[in-house]
Amino acid sequence: MSLLPFVQWLANTPGSTALHESVYAYPLVESAHVLTLCIFLGLAVMFDLRLLGITLTTVPMSQLKQRLGPWMTAGFIVMVITGAMLFYAIPVRSYQSVWFRTKAVALVLAGLNAFVFHRTIDRRIEEWDRDPVPPRAARRAGARSLVLWTVIVVCGRMIAYNWFDCDKQPQPRIVNALAGCVVPPEEGR
Amino acid sequence: MLLPFFRWMETTTMSQAIAMSPWAFAVIESMHLLALGVIGGAVLMLDLRLLGLGLRDQPVERVARDAHPWLVSSLIVMLVTGVLLFSSEPIKCYYSIPFWVKMWSLLLAMIFAFTIRRKVALAGEGRVKPVWLKVVAIVSLTLWFGVGAGGRWIGFSV
Repeated sequence: MSLLPFVQWLANTPGSTALHESVYAYPLVESAHVLTLCIFLGLAVMFDLRLLGITLTTVPMSQLKQRLGPWMTAGFIVMVITGAMLFYAIPVRSYQSVWFRTKAVALVLAGLNAFVFHRTIDRRIEEWDRDPVPPRAARRAGARSLVLWTVIVVCGRMIAYNWFDCDKQPQPRIVNALAGCVVPPEEGR
Repeated sequence: MLLPFFRWMETTTMSQAIAMSPWAFAVIESMHLLALGVIGGAVLMLDLRLLGLGLRDQPVERVARDAHPWLVSSLIVMLVTGVLLFSSEPIKCYYSIPFWVKMWSLLLAMIFAFTIRRKVALAGEGRVKPVWLKVVAIVSLTLWFGVGAGGRWIGFSV
């Protein structure tokens, strides 16, 4: 199933056009998206590094969760709202971007990783709360999170570049397939 | 006054190589952005603590000592990648107001972070009045915000 008709409809809504063509609103939203990275990702990195037993080793894990959790949540909410607005401003191109799609997959995986962490090793946090180096399952969750967020940030930045855009044909067949480009068969390489 | 330096910068091999490459700028920019995340966390963790927020059950000194290596290492990555990004388009930067906002903020932020802020954070429990800790945190956050916002705005042509 393709979401193309939906994003095409989205692109034609007045709000999308207004945001896309705005002189200040779009850059402001994008700046907010990038700078909130410092709040959400910055603290998430510290959290993951603590899970790996690399920093804040004397701080109990539960304290980190309790004290930094609300800031991370707040930052995340701002990132999601501003991110959705950025998508809303440029729906079709974003939807057909290999970078955006990779980012979306990595986001889902990061969410899954966090979910599994909370459902498993985090349930027994009192057993390892004060351990300078948390158990292997926790360290793995931290490492996976760092890798996934690196992918998310890099892909997010790359969305701005048009190397693999659908309107830049010919593209390798794999790019057209991954991006969901609609191209006549003879144009695909 | 600095224009000749910026002009010379543009003629260097490094500058040309980055400017000519279709992907070099994007890759360096991504590294710059990843380091931004780390520096953001390192700065914020201590500034929140100075404000009496975040890790407030921990002594300020503890948070400062844990955050410091991450501040220094991410700052190094930021500076190296930042110089590379700058070198690929020095003339654009020279005429960019956000660039100069960023440079002045950066200079002040770095001086502040390694002098007053560090001294205050390591002073030990009760040696500095809480209100001054808060002032230090707000100055720090304001300066680093100037660096980040200026940096992002170099890329916009408004």
